[in-house]
Amino acid sequence: MAAILIHAAIPLTIILVYALVAIWGERKIAGFIQDRLGPMRVGGWHGWAQSIADLLKLIQKEDIIPTNASRFLFKFAPFMMFAASYAAFAVIPFSSAYIGSMINIGVFYLLAVTSILTLSVIMAGWASNNKWSLLGGMRSAAQMVSYEVPTIATVLTVVLVAGSLNLMTVTEMQAGNDTLGFLPNWLIFQNPFLIVAFIIFFISILAESHRVPFDLPESESELVGGYQTEYSGMRWAMFMLAEYADMLLLSLLGATLFFGGWNSPFGDFMGGPAWGFFWFMLKGLLLVFVMMWIRWTLPRYRVDQLMHICWNILIPLSFINLVLTALWEVIF
Amino acid sequence: MLNAVKQSWLTFKSIFTGMGVTIRHFFGPSVTLRYPEERMELPKGARARLFVNIDDCIGCNLCARACPVNCIDIETVAATKDVDLGKTSTGNPKRFWLTRFDIDMAKCMYCDLCVHPCPTNCIYMVPEYEYSEYDRSNLVYHFSNLEPEMVAEVKEKAEQEAEQKKREREEMMRKKAEEKAKKELEEKKKADEEATKNEKENGGE
Amino acid sequence: MIEVISKETGNKEMVINMGPQHPSTHGVLRLELVLDGEIITKVRPHIGYLHRCFEKYAEQMDDYAKVIPYTDRMDYVSAINQEHGYVIALERMLELEVPERVEYIRVIMAELQRIASHLLGIGAFGLDLGAFSPFLYLFTEREKILDIFEKVTGARLLYNYFAVAGLMRDVHPEFKTDTAEFVKTFRPKIKELNDLLSYNKIFIQRTANIGVLPEKVAFNYAASGPVLRGSGVKWDLRKNDPYSIYDRFEFDIPVGTGEVGTLGDCWDRYMVRVKEMEQSLRIIEQALDGMPDEGDVMAAIPKRIRAKEGEIYVRTESPRGELGYYIVSDKSASPFRVKARAPSFVHLSLLPAISRGSLIADMVAIVGSIDIVLGEVDR
Repeated sequence: MAAILIHAAIPLTIILVYALVAIWGERKIAGFIQDRLGPMRVGGWHGWAQSIADLLKLIQKEDIIPTNASRFLFKFAPFMMFAASYAAFAVIPFSSAYIGSMINIGVFYLLAVTSILTLSVIMAGWASNNKWSLLGGMRSAAQMVSYEVPTIATVLTVVLVAGSLNLMTVTEMQAGNDTLGFLPNWLIFQNPFLIVAFIIFFISILAESHRVPFDLPESESELVGGYQTEYSGMRWAMFMLAEYADMLLLSLLGATLFFGGWNSPFGDFMGGPAWGFFWFMLKGLLLVFVMMWIRWTLPRYRVDQLMHICWNILIPLSFINLVLTALWEVIF
Repeated sequence: MLNAVKQSWLTFKSIFTGMGVTIRHFFGPSVTLRYPEERMELPKGARARLFVNIDDCIGCNLCARACPVNCIDIETVAATKDVDLGKTSTGNPKRFWLTRFDIDMAKCMYCDLCVHPCPTNCIYMVPEYEYSEYDRSNLVYHFSNLEPEMVAEVKEKAEQEAEQKKREREEMMRKKAEEKAKKELEEKKKADEEATKNEKENGGE
Repeated sequence: MIEVISKETGNKEMVINMGPQHPSTHGVLRLELVLDGEIITKVRPHIGYLHRCFEKYAEQMDDYAKVIPYTDRMDYVSAINQEHGYVIALERMLELEVPERVEYIRVIMAELQRIASHLLGIGAFGLDLGAFSPFLYLFTEREKILDIFEKVTGARLLYNYFAVAGLMRDVHPEFKTDTAEFVKTFRPKIKELNDLLSYNKIFIQRTANIGVLPEKVAFNYAASGPVLRGSGVKWDLRKNDPYSIYDRFEFDIPVGTGEVGTLGDCWDRYMVRVKEMEQSLRIIEQALDGMPDEGDVMAAIPKRIRAKEGEIYVRTESPRGELGYYIVSDKSASPFRVKARAPSFVHLSLLPAISRGSLIADMVAIVGSIDIVLGEVDR
């Protein structure tokens, strides 16, 4: 029992700390990119406590539920969304010494659990009884269902090369520094088609986690707040938390599949479980940074263009890529 | 097929160009000021708040008339003969007590139209912008420097003087009227006398 | 939920109110949209949320000059251009001579204001499409223009700087160097904008072939300014009906080319504005060269203006299009009637014509590309 609780608490702590840092970080990054400073006041140095102050504010806010909303679904949706992304952390190997649950079908479980996110977004959009929320919910349902296909296809490519669904095994495979004599044995350097796979994967996770240029469900200049329009206070904070957790989850998945997970880029140097955790988070946060960087650069796509990119470009490409990778594996 | 590849290449290229621009800004300096700690220096002629140098005001009311929103409220009382209000720094003689000179900055639209007609340049804009208030009535600025007792006194005096003047005028008018009446009476008398005289003369013949 | 059954398709339609409190209606515009899924079948703009009786106020004033600060408040992002039209109308009505130096300063100020207004228009357009950073970069540049304005006029937004046959105050001695410095630093920023936004593929995909306004429709709806030029019509009042001293300057009229899509789409309208900023820079440079260093900034005119009985219509090129003032005088000290022909109002009526059949996201792009200012629509 105690072991279960500890195993449950560790990812939760990581998510919460990460969310506080990431929200502050996103605002700082946005500020610097836009020639501003971002939050500077709360807590002294560069306003590091801004997210904590925001959290305290959100907890104190009134919990408003629209009169005609479907009360149960409205209340339930944010928690379900958070639960979905939280549950998926169980199979992420944070370091060589720690993984929440060592199961053989890790990748499969992760993809299955994150699908619940779609459901909760529709739930929130529908239960709000607001036209803008409804449009946001519908858009996001279409988007997430579509983009799951290329994500799964690219993950499958990696699984094909690695030969395992267990993320720990996949990571352990990537240890060492032998590729071309000096590069780490990361999967992205193993096979030219995996580079293509990574690009497709990255575009898909941008869409999966609702980041610009695919942030249509909550595109504030069109749909006001999308499915979050009617939410406020703590429930809205849950959405925010789930969204950032989802971003981290997919980035960490990317780091595990393509960038060697907790393996150090310098072989045994700075190895070991503690450094492993450091490297793993560093890789994940770098991907998160790139996502933020893209967010503050690009305009967003329109909903039909989004579907066009997915169904006409990414999905065929990812399947062709899968076949080519298989051929490469057979030949070499 | 080739076209599709070219198109996606162009898309990526334009995205990376854009990201290059933003990352340059990321490492570039910030252009904002941290307001309460750092303040922007307003230029000399900035129009932020109206100010009246009440010592120079001659109470001509031109500014109030020029104001498109009627935010200037002036009440003047003519000075009595026994006081000399002196001159303004521009040399114009002052003839009025300014019992009220209120400017409602909540109404003001900072158009600068009141500044130009002023003959003594005593109303002007100052670059002071931190004067927000919780109560709108606090935005009414009272520029008149007379104490309420003084105002009452001045008003009373002015009234008395006006009364006196009125009385004097009435006196004068009455005198004039009396004189006129006298004159008329005399003329009438004369005429009457002449008439009776003529009658007598005529009757005598 | 209000649902209507479409007569044409038989589908269930949804009525949705975009605004008056919506992030991308640029103020308090309310658009009543009838949606079939996400496709718009009908648009009905509702205006009047910002009505301030400008025209009635103008009649109530006891002086012609007192109307000038109110013209500022019509189109509050290009106040100088609004004043310019009004004072030109008065000067023509009273047959007044304007000193040369005044004309040069007016042109420089008007063109700076045009750049500032376009910067805001372009930035807000990008913001509507989700590009946040370009908006703030452009705002930085706009702030520099406003700094110049503040140093000259004393105000940052609503200047009341132009007076009848003159200016309210003379420019400061560093005006020329300040403006020249700005022109120099601003040119590279246009290139940066093109890199970041104009030729960004996603931006092009969002704006090309969207909200196409054919030339004929533009004429029928009396469109003007960048909206008309975006449809490929070379029509600029600064060239076609020169006022002030615009006939002395050399500049081009940028028109839409259909470079990335159809002629007259949102991208063309956007690009016309970008190119116009470059032309404005050219005008400013020429005007700075030609501007006399010494001279009066106020012609000798009677203190109280009294016009002859009559009427006049004067049109000028504001950043948004043809801004016309129709003034009727009845010999008294105040205008008998002032009517402003606001380009934003005219362009707003285009909306139903060019947005049918598009998606909600396109609606946002179209509203952004015609660049309306609600202060001017409602007056």
